[in-house]
Amino acid sequence: MDALLDILGLTEAARLLSLSPPGWGMNLLRGLVNSLQIAFGAFGMGLVIGLFGAYGKLYGGPVLRDLLAIYTTVIRAVPELVLILILYYVGTDLINKAATMLGHGRVEISGVVAGIWVLGIVQGAYATEVLRGAIQAVPAGQIEAARVFGMPPFMLMRRVTIPAMMSFAIPGLANLWLIATKDTALLAIVGFNELTLETRQAAASTRAYFTFFLAAGALYLIVTLCSGVVFGRVEKWARRGQPSLREARR
Amino acid sequence: MNTLRALMQPHRIALMLVFGGIVLWCALALRWDWIPVYAPLALEGLWRTVWILVITCVLGFLLAIPLGLAQAVGPWYLAIPARSFCTVIRGTPLLLQIWLLYYGLGSLFPQFPAIRSSELWPYLRQAWPYAVLALTMSYAGYEGEVMRGAFSSVAKGQLEAAKAYGMKRFTMFRRIWLPQAIRNVLPTLGGETILQLKATPLVATITVVELYAVSSKVRADTFIVYEPLLLLAVFYLMIAGAITLLFRRFERRGTGGARLKSADVRT
Amino acid sequence: MTFKKTFAAGIATALLSAGIASAQEVKIGIAAEPYPPFASLNSSGEWEGWEIEVIDAVCTAAKLECVLTPVAWDGIIPSLTGGQIDAIMASMSITEERQKTIDFSDPYYNTPAVIVADKSLEIEPTPESLAGKIIGVQASTIHQAYAQEYFDENSELRVYQTQDEANQDLFAGRVDAIQADSIAMADFVNSDAGACCEIKGAVASDPAILGRGVGAGLRKGDDDLREALNEGIATILADGTHEEITSRYFDASIYSE
Repeated sequence: MDALLDILGLTEAARLLSLSPPGWGMNLLRGLVNSLQIAFGAFGMGLVIGLFGAYGKLYGGPVLRDLLAIYTTVIRAVPELVLILILYYVGTDLINKAATMLGHGRVEISGVVAGIWVLGIVQGAYATEVLRGAIQAVPAGQIEAARVFGMPPFMLMRRVTIPAMMSFAIPGLANLWLIATKDTALLAIVGFNELTLETRQAAASTRAYFTFFLAAGALYLIVTLCSGVVFGRVEKWARRGQPSLREARR
Repeated sequence: MNTLRALMQPHRIALMLVFGGIVLWCALALRWDWIPVYAPLALEGLWRTVWILVITCVLGFLLAIPLGLAQAVGPWYLAIPARSFCTVIRGTPLLLQIWLLYYGLGSLFPQFPAIRSSELWPYLRQAWPYAVLALTMSYAGYEGEVMRGAFSSVAKGQLEAAKAYGMKRFTMFRRIWLPQAIRNVLPTLGGETILQLKATPLVATITVVELYAVSSKVRADTFIVYEPLLLLAVFYLMIAGAITLLFRRFERRGTGGARLKSADVRT
Repeated sequence: MTFKKTFAAGIATALLSAGIASAQEVKIGIAAEPYPPFASLNSSGEWEGWEIEVIDAVCTAAKLECVLTPVAWDGIIPSLTGGQIDAIMASMSITEERQKTIDFSDPYYNTPAVIVADKSLEIEPTPESLAGKIIGVQASTIHQAYAQEYFDENSELRVYQTQDEANQDLFAGRVDAIQADSIAMADFVNSDAGACCEIKGAVASDPAILGRGVGAGLRKGDDDLREALNEGIATILADGTHEEITSRYFDASIYSE
């Protein structure tokens, strides 16, 4: 193994990336875990916002619909970096003000939670559009039929709308998940220790910029490719019982 | 007239009043005295943002055509590299790509002293060539994937007909294949360009002074936090609005016949 | 509908309970970037350096329970005023401009501002000598303010988010010179990457911009914490702890009245 690394001229890189100090591998992995945690939380929060947003846009009153339209337009037109800065500072400021008013004193908001809530709001705007499109793609007859049978609205959502829209929503949601994982890198700019910032710290300390940035790129790529496989499975599962796309087109 | 009527519904008027109130409050209660001082710099930054956006979109699109073509119909030794390029670009954060290009390459310079006496050195010292390169590759990566779908979705019959007329391969590509593929992707281009606009602030991290960098400077100099960010968001909203209008006009002119929805192209 | 409400409430409480810990401890904000020899992250994921040890000593002396909280340097003051951190101890100089927004404790070290450039480059730290050169500075620092005041007219300024990026571009040759703190620079020119370069001398004094030493930044009106930190700083200066820590990092004292 060592000989092979020697031939490839990678001894130095292997030493820097090893998992125990003086290698920085553990730092990178810790950053990756942080990144994934935030991506997961933000994606989940985005889904919740998206579901309410989509229902609001489709069935809500005129005011709600206009407000949601403003929300999705603004979020999708302003750079994530700017949104993150605004939400990060404004958000914690507001929570602290509210807490002081309620007599709690200052509250601490951990970096992970701040990251989740900032990215979650951004994700929510995209998820709203994806889910709205998916709900609209469900044949109206199915929903009407359920109503005729007297299903209460929540049961209708759980039993009919959500399962039926799944197959339409999954490709878009898979895309959103990838955006979530990549957007966590932007939190490096507000100083949150996720993968990109850990990488930069390691690179700056050792001056091995190339090695560390390439290693981080490989980690992100692995996440992307694995997610692709997982979402492929999920999509297959969501489409169970439906004719495959190719057959449907014929 | 229709848009006017749509705006004149009672709830919209109420919303607009609320919105106007918020704007008024912002104008009166927040600090804006820094604007005259930084206005010239902000205009310069705006110009640089637009300039980078236009250059990288055009170059990126030109690069996306061969990338899409190679993936759609190319032989394996072209298709695989093209496909890997798109996967890598789309699978890693742009911020990381920018830093890899700028600081990663920079860290290698001292090992090659000859670079400093080369003719390229004045450019390699600047930050903008790295910014343009990174953003161009990013646009090409995303758009290359779209172009692949666009090239494959041009009806085979049309190409066969062209062949039957004895068209040369390149003429066929120029006259039939490319125009139709571009027409197919036109509806997605506006969206991709807005995504590209949203990526431009990242180049501020490698010392390019564009719109976002100017707002950072205001924040650093004056310790005013929210006002520059809010104004910045408004600027980006306006640029995004202008892009949308521009592409809508393009699309109206460019596509006379049947249109594909963006969803179809992206499969 | 009730389901939606309970669901939303559940999510909210989950988020809040995960994020809100007790507010007893003092969060000390440090810059989330390597700034040797004052503060840098090591490969075990722990912060170390002169300033980290001083923070520890001050907190112990002041009987405060401190937690290090890395934040981005260019957002460190908003983080303080926004309440994400309670104090800044990140080699921040006490300047009049900053005092309009935040309060400071007493200083705990001083460092002059110097110009660093390639050994082969023959320059003096003056505006005339640096004319036509590219100068790198870190954003939101006294050096940026100083360079804007004195060098902006004749030289090109490049502004970096972190000091190590400016150092890196000096090493790569993209900038001709950088202006920074002398102590951090002494450490840099002794490292492998800094071997290219040497300290060309201190810039002309301007206390209004360069400030009077490095102190802990605090929210305006947070007098209890300020007094506690002042007491801690006074204690470690008096009982020799400050000197002991300094002797392990530097040859000479870095504190003067």
